[in-house]
Amino acid sequence: MTSHLAVALDGDSFDAADWVAQVRLADEAGLDLVTFEDSFGRRGPDAVLVASRVAPLTRHVGLVPVATTTHTEPFHLSTALATLDHVSHGRAGWQVRVSADPAEAALLGRRAPLGFDELFAEAADAVEVVRRLWDSWADDAIIKDVATGRFIDRDKLHYIDFAGPYFAVKGPSIVPRPPQGQPVVAALAHGPRVWQRLDADVYFTTPADADAAARIVRQIPAGRKVFADLVAFLDDDQRTAIGRRGAAISDAAVFAGTPAGLADLIAAWQPAGLAGFRLWPGDPAHDLPAITRELVPELRRRGLFQPSAATTLRDRLGLPAAVNRYEGAARA
Amino acid sequence: MPKQIILAAHFPGVNNTTVWSDPRAGSQIAFASFEHLARTAERGRFDFFFLAEGLRLREQRGLIHDLDVVGRPDTLTVLAALAAVTEHLGLAGTLNATYHEPYELARQLATLDHLSGGRAAWNVVTSPGGFFGANFRRGGFLDHADRYLRAGEFIEAARALWDSDGGDFAYRGRQFDIRGRFGAPRSPQGHPVILQAGDSDGGRELAAKYTDAIFSRHHQLADAQEFYRDVKSRLARYGRDRDSLKIIPGVSYVLGDSDADAQEKAHHIRRQQVSPQTAILLLEQLWNRDLSGYDPDGPLPEIDPRLDEDDTIVQGRAGMYADRLRTANEWRARAEQKNLGIRDLIIEVTGRQNFIGTPARVAQQLDEYVQTDACDGFILVPHLTPTGLDDFVDQVVPLLQERGVFRTEYEAGTLRGNLGLA
Repeated sequence: MTSHLAVALDGDSFDAADWVAQVRLADEAGLDLVTFEDSFGRRGPDAVLVASRVAPLTRHVGLVPVATTTHTEPFHLSTALATLDHVSHGRAGWQVRVSADPAEAALLGRRAPLGFDELFAEAADAVEVVRRLWDSWADDAIIKDVATGRFIDRDKLHYIDFAGPYFAVKGPSIVPRPPQGQPVVAALAHGPRVWQRLDADVYFTTPADADAAARIVRQIPAGRKVFADLVAFLDDDQRTAIGRRGAAISDAAVFAGTPAGLADLIAAWQPAGLAGFRLWPGDPAHDLPAITRELVPELRRRGLFQPSAATTLRDRLGLPAAVNRYEGAARA
Repeated sequence: MPKQIILAAHFPGVNNTTVWSDPRAGSQIAFASFEHLARTAERGRFDFFFLAEGLRLREQRGLIHDLDVVGRPDTLTVLAALAAVTEHLGLAGTLNATYHEPYELARQLATLDHLSGGRAAWNVVTSPGGFFGANFRRGGFLDHADRYLRAGEFIEAARALWDSDGGDFAYRGRQFDIRGRFGAPRSPQGHPVILQAGDSDGGRELAAKYTDAIFSRHHQLADAQEFYRDVKSRLARYGRDRDSLKIIPGVSYVLGDSDADAQEKAHHIRRQQVSPQTAILLLEQLWNRDLSGYDPDGPLPEIDPRLDEDDTIVQGRAGMYADRLRTANEWRARAEQKNLGIRDLIIEVTGRQNFIGTPARVAQQLDEYVQTDACDGFILVPHLTPTGLDDFVDQVVPLLQERGVFRTEYEAGTLRGNLGLA
C-alpha cells in the first residue's frame, strides 16, 4: 500500500521565480499535490493567483490554494478555481478556510465578526454554492450548432438558486464545467466540527501519533481521504536536524531527523488508514529539496510511495469521477 | 517626432462580433487559446492584452442567451497564468468595483503586478441594478451616481493600500471604512495601470481624476477628436498633464489583398456576425419586445418600441439606446429608402468594422487617427479566436514600425513604462 504525498508551501515571497522553483521540485519528484497557504491578514501573495502563475510551468502536481470563505464571494471563488482547473488541465483544488480574526475583518470593513458556529455554517454554504456552480454546466453544453446558430444548448445550463442566511447565489457559473468536473476540495480538520460540517474530499489532520491517526480516520466518513500533517526537518545527521528544529512548535507533529527516519515514521503511521501525508518543510530552502531528492526516493525504494500517472488531481488521489448533480437528476 | 501608437489586444469576448462558427475558430475557454493570442500580441510588441469580466450570463426574453459565445474564465486567474508564458506584455483585466472589495482586489492586483514583474492593469467598471447582484452577497442597489462614488473611493482606497508598502493603512469614506496592515510590499509599478471605460460625464470626470487610460467607444474621426479634446481638457483641473491619460478606443479591422478584397471579406464577416436569429435578437434589444415571430428577411415591425426601461428584454448588457423611438424611426427610414429586410438592416446599423483595407491602408489610417489626436492608440478586437490577430501582427505592425510610429523592441520593464506613463 502506498501513500499519497503532499507538500505545504507557506512562503511570503512575491517573486514568481521562488514559487516556480519550489513547485517544480514537487512536480518533478512526482508529489501528488502542493498546498499554498494564505489569509487576508498575512504578508504574502494571493494563493489562487500564485497557483495559477505556476500552472503553465508544471505538468503533474495538484495545485491546492487556500482561500477563505469568510471575506470572499463564493461566486468569485468558484470561477477562479474552475479557471485554475482549466489552466492546469485538471489539477486544481481548494483548501477551505474560515477567518475568525477581527483584525482581518477590519481590513474588509465588515461589521461584527461572526462566531465560530456561524463561520462554519457560512463556509458550509460557500462550499455548497461553489460545488453547485461547478455543476451548473453540463460537460457537453457547448454545441456550436451552426445550423441553428446556437453556441450552447441552454437546457444543459442550470440556475443553482441557492438561498441561505449569509448569501444567495442565482447562477449558473460564467465558466464552463472545469476539466475535473469538481476540483478537489480540502480542509484542515482539527476536530469533528470541520469534517461533520464541511463537504470536503480531503481532510488534512494533525495526529500526534499513529494511534491518534487511527482514531481520527475512524471518525471521518468513509470515502474521504485523510492526510496527516507533519512538519519535517531533514538532515543526514539527526543531531543537525534536531538543532535546526530548535523550539519549533506546530499543531502538527514535528519530525526532526534523517530521511530514512521519516520514512520509518510514515511506514509506522500509514496502517492507521491514512491516505497520505502533507509535509511542511521546516525551512523550505533546505527541507523541500531534502523531501523531493532524498525522502521521496527512499519511500519509493520501500514501496511506500509511487508517483501516479494520472493526469487529473481527482484521479491521482483515487477519488471517484465527479457526477454532475443536475445532469444526474435529469437522467433519473 | 510623430506620436507613438499604443496597441492592445482584446481577447474576443461574448458579443456577436466574435465569429465562433468559422471553421478556423478555436476554443473560447482552453488556456491554449489565451496563450496563443497573448504570445501573438507580444510577438507584435503590443503594449497589453485585455480581458473582459463576466459576472452573470446574459439573458434575453428571460432565457440565457445562446447565440454568441457563452462562458469564459475568471479574469485575474487567466492573467496570472499568462504571466508565466509572456515576458513583456501588459496584462489588463476588467474587474468590477461593485462586486469586489478594495482590500481583496488591491491585494490581488499587487500580487499580479509582482508575479508578472510590473505588467498588471485594471479596467475599472461598475454595475447597475440587481441582475449581476443576484450572484453576490452585496445584491444590487447602486444608482448611477453612487456607482461612480464607489468607483472613485474604491480607487482611492486601493491607492492608499498600494502606497502603504505593506505597512499600516486606513481608508475612510462614504463607501468604505477599512484599516489594518496591507500584506503586500510596493509592487514593481507602484500602482498597477488603471483603465476606465465609462463615457458619461461622470465617467469622463472619474477618468480625468484617477485613471491612466480610457477604453473609449468613439470610432468616427471627428467624434473621436471631440472626445479626445474634451477628456484631455479636464486633466488640468486635477494638476495632470495631457500625456498622463491615454485614450484607446476598441476597434476592429479587416485586411485584404486589395481594398475591394477587404471589403468583400468584411461583408462576409458581417453576415457571419449577424445570423438570421441574431438579427432578430438585436432588433429586440432596441424594440424591447419579443419579436421572435418576425421574418429576418421581412420588413421592420410596424409596432413601436416598448419604452419601459425598468423592464428591458435584455439583461446583462449595458444599455445601448437612449431614445428608442427616434432610433427606431431612423432605422425604418433607412430600411425603406434602401429596401432592406431586418437582417440586412441590422448588418448595416450595428456594424462596427472600423478599419478595412490592405495592410498599407489600415496602417495609414491607424496612424492618421493617432497623429490627428483622435486617440493615442487602439485596443484591437479580432473577430476570430485565437488566431484573429496573426495577420495584423504579420502584415500591419511592420508597416507601422517602418513609419516610425510603433516600437520594434519594448522600451521599458513595466507596462507603465511602455505606455509612457510616469
